[in-house]
Amino acid sequence: MSWMIKIENVSKMYRLGLVGAGTFQDDLKRTWYKWLGKDDPFLKIGEENKRDVSGGDYIWALKDINFEVGKGEVLGIIGKNGAGKSTLLKLLSKVTKPSTGSITTKGRIASLLEVGTGFHPELTGRENIFLNGAILGMKKYEIRNKFDEIVDFSGCERYIDTPVKRYSSGMHVRLAFAVAAHLDPEILVVDEVLAVGDAEFQAKAIGKMKSVSQGDGRTVLFVSHNMASIKSLCSRAVLMKNGTIHESGDVDSIVNSYLNSNLNITDAPSLDRETIKLMQEGVINKSNPSFEIEKIELQNSSARVLSNFYSNEPVFIKIYLKVFRGISNLRIAVQLIDENESNLLTSLSNDDKEYLNYIQNNKIEPGHYDLKCEIPVNILSQKKYYLSLDVINVKTEHIILKKFMSFEVKFAGYNGLSAENFSNAYFRPQYNWTIDKIKDDAK
Amino acid sequence: MNEGVKEVITPKKNLLDINLKEIWSYRDLLVLFVRRDFVAVYKQTILGPMWFVIQPIFTTLIFTLIFGKLASIPTDGLPQILFYMCGITCWNYFAECLNKTSNTFVANANIFGKVYFPRLILPISIIISNLLKFGIQFLLFLVFLVYFYWNGYNVQPNYHMFLLPYLLFLMAGLGLGFGILISSLTTKYRDFQFLLIFGVQLFMYATPIVYPLSLAKEKLGSYSWVTLANPMTSVIETFKFAFLGRGEFSWFNIGYSTLFMLILLFLGTLTFNKVEQTFMDTV
Repeated sequence: MSWMIKIENVSKMYRLGLVGAGTFQDDLKRTWYKWLGKDDPFLKIGEENKRDVSGGDYIWALKDINFEVGKGEVLGIIGKNGAGKSTLLKLLSKVTKPSTGSITTKGRIASLLEVGTGFHPELTGRENIFLNGAILGMKKYEIRNKFDEIVDFSGCERYIDTPVKRYSSGMHVRLAFAVAAHLDPEILVVDEVLAVGDAEFQAKAIGKMKSVSQGDGRTVLFVSHNMASIKSLCSRAVLMKNGTIHESGDVDSIVNSYLNSNLNITDAPSLDRETIKLMQEGVINKSNPSFEIEKIELQNSSARVLSNFYSNEPVFIKIYLKVFRGISNLRIAVQLIDENESNLLTSLSNDDKEYLNYIQNNKIEPGHYDLKCEIPVNILSQKKYYLSLDVINVKTEHIILKKFMSFEVKFAGYNGLSAENFSNAYFRPQYNWTIDKIKDDAK
Repeated sequence: MNEGVKEVITPKKNLLDINLKEIWSYRDLLVLFVRRDFVAVYKQTILGPMWFVIQPIFTTLIFTLIFGKLASIPTDGLPQILFYMCGITCWNYFAECLNKTSNTFVANANIFGKVYFPRLILPISIIISNLLKFGIQFLLFLVFLVYFYWNGYNVQPNYHMFLLPYLLFLMAGLGLGFGILISSLTTKYRDFQFLLIFGVQLFMYATPIVYPLSLAKEKLGSYSWVTLANPMTSVIETFKFAFLGRGEFSWFNIGYSTLFMLILLFLGTLTFNKVEQTFMDTV
C-alpha cells in the first residue's frame, strides 16, 4: 500500500504562560543564538507534556512522532485530553508548523478542526457554503456542482438563506462537515467535532467517511473520544499519551488498551450502552443475546448521578437491563475492589430474600428492568473504590465488567467527630462499643 | 486524483518563498472574501451602502467648518468643499487599507486557526474590497466636481487624471505594505496596535489633506521635510493636480513614492511570510 501521509520525527514545542516582557527576553536570546549560529536554546529545556504536573514554561506538545498512513486507510487517533491529538492535526492541516521534523503529504487535505470552520456569522448558509468551499481550496464550479448534494447531506435546506449566526451548533457542524466531505479531498482530517451532532447525523457522517475511504480510496484521519465510532470506522489506530505515540496497531487492541488504562472511563458515574459493550468480557452471545446492559449509574439516595459520596449516605448501583428473551434465573454479583484489584467485598443479588423470591416465582419476560444494589450507610471509609460486576443468565450467558467504574467516598464521621487520621482503612463501620465500670477503687 | 502533488511541511521555509501560483489558484476565494467584506459591512443596516457616502460628506463638512472657516487655512484658491473632499477620498482609501490589513492576523485568528489557505489572500482581499468602496466615494467626488465645474468655479481637470490607476496602485501598495508589516509585528506583542491607532491620525496631518503643500513649504520652512518625505504626499498632490488643476506634480516625487512603496512591500511580505507559519501559537 502506498503512503499518503508520512510523518518523520515531528515535534512541537509550546511555551506556557502569558506573552509579555518575559517572552520578549526569551525571543531576544533566541535571536542572539541564531546570530551566533547556535541551535535554539529553548528546544533543549522542553519537558514532557503532563497536564497535571507543574514544571517549566516550555513543553513538548508533540515529541518525536513517526508514522505513515496509507491510501484508503482510516486511522483513528485516541488519547486523553492534552495528549497532542489536535496539535498533530493542526500540523497536518498546515495551521501551524512543527518545531522539528517533517510531514510529507500527497494530495489535497480538507480539515475539520473545531466547530464552524471559517464560517462568517453574518453571511447566509448558501454564501458560507461557497466561502467555506473556497477556503478549503475548491473551485467555484466544483462547489456549484455539489451544492445540492451538500445542502441535502447537511439537512439544513430550510435555513440555507438565513445568516449562519442564527444556526444551532449542531446545524453548524452539519453544514461544515457536509462541505468538507464533499470536497473530494485526498486526505480528510476530522477532529472531535461530530460529537455536537445528533445520533442520526453522527451515523450519517461516519457512513460518509466510510464510503469515502472504501469507495474512493481516500485517506481519513479521525480523532474521537467515542470508542464505538472509532471501532466502527477505523481499521488502524494510534494511542497518544503525553505528546508521544504510545501504541499503534489494529483498532481493537488499541481501543482495548486505551480502555484498560481506563483513566477516562472509570471516573464517570454513568456508563452508556456503547461503552459497556466495549468493556464487557466473559461468555457473551453476540448474535442473539437474551439481554443487554443499557446503562449503569451510581446514584445517591435522591437518585442523583454522582461519583462522590459521603460515608453516611447510601451508594446505589443502578443497572438498566433490556431483556430480549425470557430469563429463568438472573443473578448479579457486585464487587468492591481497591486500586490493586484486591477484592474487598462481594454482594450477590440472591443474598437478598425478596430478590430471590421474585426470581424463583417469576420468569423475567422481555422488557426493560431496573436493578438496584444498595451499599448501606456507615460502612465505607475515606477512599476511592472500584467496582466489578457480573451479570449472569445462569448456564447461558455471563457478562463480566472488571474494574469498570469508580467512586470516591468522604468519611463523614460519627457523632460529629471526624477523626480523619483513623480513616486510613478499607472500611470504617460503626460498631458497638461498651464501657462498664467493674470496680470502684475508692481510697 | 492528483496524487502527484506532494507537499513537505518542515519547520522553516525560505523567506523569499512567496508562492504566487498558490495565491492565483485560490482566486475564487479572493473573490468571495471581497464579497464578504463588502456585503457583511452593511448587513442589518437600513441605509445599507449609503453609509459609504454619508461618511465622506460629513467629514468634508466638518473639515470645511473647522479648517476652512474657523482656522481659515487657504486651499490654493479652490472651492473648500472640493479641496477637502478630494483629500479625504484619497486618504480614506489608504487609511482603510492600512487599518484593516494591520489586524489581519488578530481579527482572523479564528479562521486561520482551523484551516489553511495562503494567508496573503486576506490582506489582498481587503485592498480590493476597499477599492470598491473607494469607487463609490470617488463617484460622489466626481458629482461634486461636475457641479462646481458647471457653475464656473476655477477647477481645471486635465489629462493627468489618467494617472489615477497608478495612484491607486501606489496607495494600495503603501497601505498593504504598512498594514502587513504591522500585522506581522502585532501577532505576539500588541504594542504596535496602540501605536497604529493614533499613528494613522498623526500621519494624516503629515499629509497635505487639510492644507495645500505649497502652504506647508512656505510656513513650515525647514520642518517641511516631514511632509515631503511622506510617500503619500505626492499621491495626494498628484490627485489634486489631475482633477482640480492645483497642487504639485513631479515625476521625481512619484518615483520616490514608488520606490518607497516597493521597499515597504518587500519588507512587509518578507515579515508576513515569516510570521504566518507559526503565528497561531502566539496570537
